[in-house]
Amino acid sequence: MSDLLKGNTGEWEMVIGLEIHAQVISNAKLFSGAATAFGAEPNSQVSLVDAAMPGMLPVLNEESVRQAVRTGLALNSKINHHSVFARKNYFYPDLPQGYQISQYELPVVGEGKIEIDLPNGDIKVVEIERLHLEQDAGKSMHDQHPTKTYIDLNRSGVTLMEIVSKPDMRSAEEAVVYVTKVRSILRYIESCDGNMQEGSLRCDANVSVRRPGDELGTRCEIKNLNSLRFLRQAIDHEAMRQIEVIEDGGLIPQETRLYDPDKGETRSMRSKEEAYDYRYFPDPDLLPLDLSEDFVAAMKASLPELPDVRKSRLVSEFGLSAYDASVLVAERETVDYFETVANGRDAKLAANWVISDLFGRLNKTGTPVSQSPVKAEALGELIDLISDQTISGRIAKDVFADMFETGKGAAAIVEDKGLRQVTDTGTIRAQVQAVIDANPDKVVDYRAGNQKLVGWFMGQVMQASQGKANPAMVNQLLKEIISG
Amino acid sequence: MKLTELTIAAARDGLAAGDFTGVELTEAHVVAMEASRPLNAFVTETAEKARDMAVASDARRASGNVGAMEGVPIAIKDLFCTEGVKAAACSHILDGFTPPYESTVTKNLWRAGAVMLGKTNMDEFAMGSSNMSSYDGPVTNPWRADGDDAKRVPGGSSGGSAAAVAAFAAMGATGTDTGGSIRQPGAFTGVVGMKPTYGRCSRWGVIAFASSLDQAGPLTRTVRDASIMLGAMAGHDSKDSTSVDRPVPDFEASLTGDIRGLRVGVPKEYVVDGMPGEIEALWHQGVEWLKDAGAHIVDISLPHTKYALPTYYIIAPAEASSNLARYDGVRYGLRVDGESLQEMYENTRSEGFGAEVKRRLLIGTYVLSAGYYDAYYLKAQKVRSRIAQDFHDSWETVDAVLTPTAPSAAFAQGEKMDDPIAMYLNDVFTVPASLAGLPAISVPSGLSSDGLPLGLQIIGRPFDEETMFRVAGVIEQAAAFTARPQFITGEA
Amino acid sequence: MSLDKETVRKIASLARLKVPDEELETMAGELNNILGWIEQLREVDTEGIAPMTSVTVTVPALRADRVTDGGYVDLVLANAPEEVANSFVVPKVIE
Ligand SMILES: [Mg+2]
Ligand SMILES: [Zn+2]
Repeated sequence: MSDLLKGNTGEWEMVIGLEIHAQVISNAKLFSGAATAFGAEPNSQVSLVDAAMPGMLPVLNEESVRQAVRTGLALNSKINHHSVFARKNYFYPDLPQGYQISQYELPVVGEGKIEIDLPNGDIKVVEIERLHLEQDAGKSMHDQHPTKTYIDLNRSGVTLMEIVSKPDMRSAEEAVVYVTKVRSILRYIESCDGNMQEGSLRCDANVSVRRPGDELGTRCEIKNLNSLRFLRQAIDHEAMRQIEVIEDGGLIPQETRLYDPDKGETRSMRSKEEAYDYRYFPDPDLLPLDLSEDFVAAMKASLPELPDVRKSRLVSEFGLSAYDASVLVAERETVDYFETVANGRDAKLAANWVISDLFGRLNKTGTPVSQSPVKAEALGELIDLISDQTISGRIAKDVFADMFETGKGAAAIVEDKGLRQVTDTGTIRAQVQAVIDANPDKVVDYRAGNQKLVGWFMGQVMQASQGKANPAMVNQLLKEIISG
Repeated sequence: MKLTELTIAAARDGLAAGDFTGVELTEAHVVAMEASRPLNAFVTETAEKARDMAVASDARRASGNVGAMEGVPIAIKDLFCTEGVKAAACSHILDGFTPPYESTVTKNLWRAGAVMLGKTNMDEFAMGSSNMSSYDGPVTNPWRADGDDAKRVPGGSSGGSAAAVAAFAAMGATGTDTGGSIRQPGAFTGVVGMKPTYGRCSRWGVIAFASSLDQAGPLTRTVRDASIMLGAMAGHDSKDSTSVDRPVPDFEASLTGDIRGLRVGVPKEYVVDGMPGEIEALWHQGVEWLKDAGAHIVDISLPHTKYALPTYYIIAPAEASSNLARYDGVRYGLRVDGESLQEMYENTRSEGFGAEVKRRLLIGTYVLSAGYYDAYYLKAQKVRSRIAQDFHDSWETVDAVLTPTAPSAAFAQGEKMDDPIAMYLNDVFTVPASLAGLPAISVPSGLSSDGLPLGLQIIGRPFDEETMFRVAGVIEQAAAFTARPQFITGEA
Repeated sequence: MSLDKETVRKIASLARLKVPDEELETMAGELNNILGWIEQLREVDTEGIAPMTSVTVTVPALRADRVTDGGYVDLVLANAPEEVANSFVVPKVIE
């Protein structure tokens, strides 16, 4: 195992299980008709139900159920035809009811598994424990006043899917890859937008350490990690903290911790004497959720082609490498973009352009594919110009840069700037001849056996033609003339 | 006859005939409501609102638009949220709370033309059988025992509603029944108290006590009035997931007086230790009345009856402990400040809740807590299944069940206060139907030896309020209960 | 099962109720009385019996995913004991 950690007294293995809280894309909340849009004025998207006014009752949103079932199916998990909403009781000012409506003993989705692609090329199976529906809490703002906390209930009651993995991950890297994969699936099926900055996707990491081969150690739960960077840092710090504690002869108490990104450390969130006892019980305001075979079948039929399937298809249908395919399928928009570009064209060429050229530029400016200034059709047009030899691959790079900056079409740029490739033998022969004539010493060297000089001559000719000469023709004529 | 002494059915006819107006009817009741103040039945009087509503009602009538409760002045239990009128469940913790919304049941009543006189007193959060736990003080039963000046309790938790109807201060009143909170005060005050099938009336906007048990229902002076008022209250509500989507029948039409061939069950387990002989005697009398009317009496067994109360005292407090968690001083009602959030919570809830509520919150918290859930809560839910099954089995042989409503007549204020279990035993006959979700009604059927009203209970099949009403009508007719409380007759 | 003072203290804290030390004993006694009475449920054979969580057996219609509620911050805050900038206010929460 390559992921073992070195302590002072030997090697340690970390064990990580993740709980992902994914906000369902829906207009209204899980149990009320209030809106869910991000960034609204405080308490403006709150119904009397969300504020837990006396006598208010929950009514389940059908879209939340649809999305939970679709997500369960996309995660290759068992759909429970009978599930139950339960109350999780605890006091907190942003939890207006004094309980969270969640699912406990009978969640809507049971066990399943997904495959993740590790950077070393290995495929790892991570098992899913369950997926359940629950209400989000409101927002507590602690930084507005020195002695007060302000409460905004806009998020209160928004639908969350809690996706719980088994403790299958052995490194922060695996955890990050797992979350990335789940996020990708959620975005594919459009059950969650996966936006971690806006809190649409948050992780709780259960971290423990053990000697390789030992029983599971006591875990600590690090709450509310809202970026992949923090997830990675928090896991690494927490594992090292636990190892230090144990190696110093201490014990790890099971507790909830918070990651402080400024200090780069985790700290205990609740005082130890504050024992939690959530007193779960079935919510008497709601009836069990019973799903028919037909409903589940309809949800299955509504799913798009999922990343793993699509990846295999890119390999088999387009002949891409597994690596290129996995890069392309990570986001549905990307692979949709790619398929539009590749349609009827050289797929490998298309993949190269999308992965190296397009991604390179998009990443530099932090632009998502959906907002790329170069649309898929436009990139396709550029590739057509290469294929029909209107421009060379070299010139195409400049044209692409221009397209990215100005949003103009490839053909228009080529025309405007007169970048059309020269394929006229006479013109190229004359340019080659001129370079050879100007460098008799290099010709002598070449003929004496310095074959590498061909490249140098190529460069000179291309420069003389301002890059427009057809490189293959230059190469051919050069060899012909120089060899005498 | 005084306008306040009319039944709802008679008022309907009088209004239709133009004998008097809705405004006159309301005015008479406003006066009666004010005169009833010594009973403390009302916690909020809304006389102005009543007058406005009566004027509007008369206007509707003039335009030919007449609802089932058109112009009828009624009282509303403080457990119902009423838009713009404070609703506190007679608890300190809801101090000053004025709901910006109207409960579905009261909305239905206003739509049927009813007029709101005010909000009635009750046991705090509907937890009690004596109305002694109200933050607004106890309600005095308009009835006194012969030769005994002691103030009597009206029963509870809908004690204010029952007292208001018994004292002719309202033509009817809404109540809520979780374990007997309509039927027992009905029996104690000599009025009809009816709890419909669970799911018949919407719980939306009714301050929750125990969600799987709470049902709204009417308190009226006659069975016919109960059938009219329930018709106006009931109906499917998509805002309550436990509300049942089925049509509301014409309950009044079920009062045919004909129960020939109907099979009525008499459960042998409804004889309890210490029950006065006169209650058992009244029960036998009820059996005779039904026989005389042509019903078949069937001896039945509901073997888990004795476990209903302890089951109830796990389930109801458990649900309540969760339902009442929202009273935390953050968004509405009382807040008692503290140094920290935890202190603010504890100060608010300790000062805001009364002793009985706190006792039940502790019990409820305990039976749900880690390590005890299975032994208490889960066990109680399983016993509840058995109790419901007992009734289910009996429906194969009977169409309704006849029992006493309560094991005693109204007791004196202050009695049983230091013994919670003795207090809980009041509901021994009403709780089983609550756990099974069945419709049940208490009909005033006689007087105790010292002149206090006693009730008989008829329990019906799920959503068969009609048969239940039909049997109740026969009992009512046979009993011919015409006695009046001393508060009205003025006899001491 | 019998409740001691410590357990009463613990459940009171879970319920966010303050029971003064001098009342713990009495409260434990009262609760034990009730729990003792409840113990009789153990007599009932519930082997293989499903727990009854609801009376209603018909399946309710689910809500369509439409915004039909909210947008009335004034009503939400109308009864608030303390309110600033359209937010509820509580003593500072220390995590
Ligand atoms: Mg968690
Ligand atoms: Zn969760």
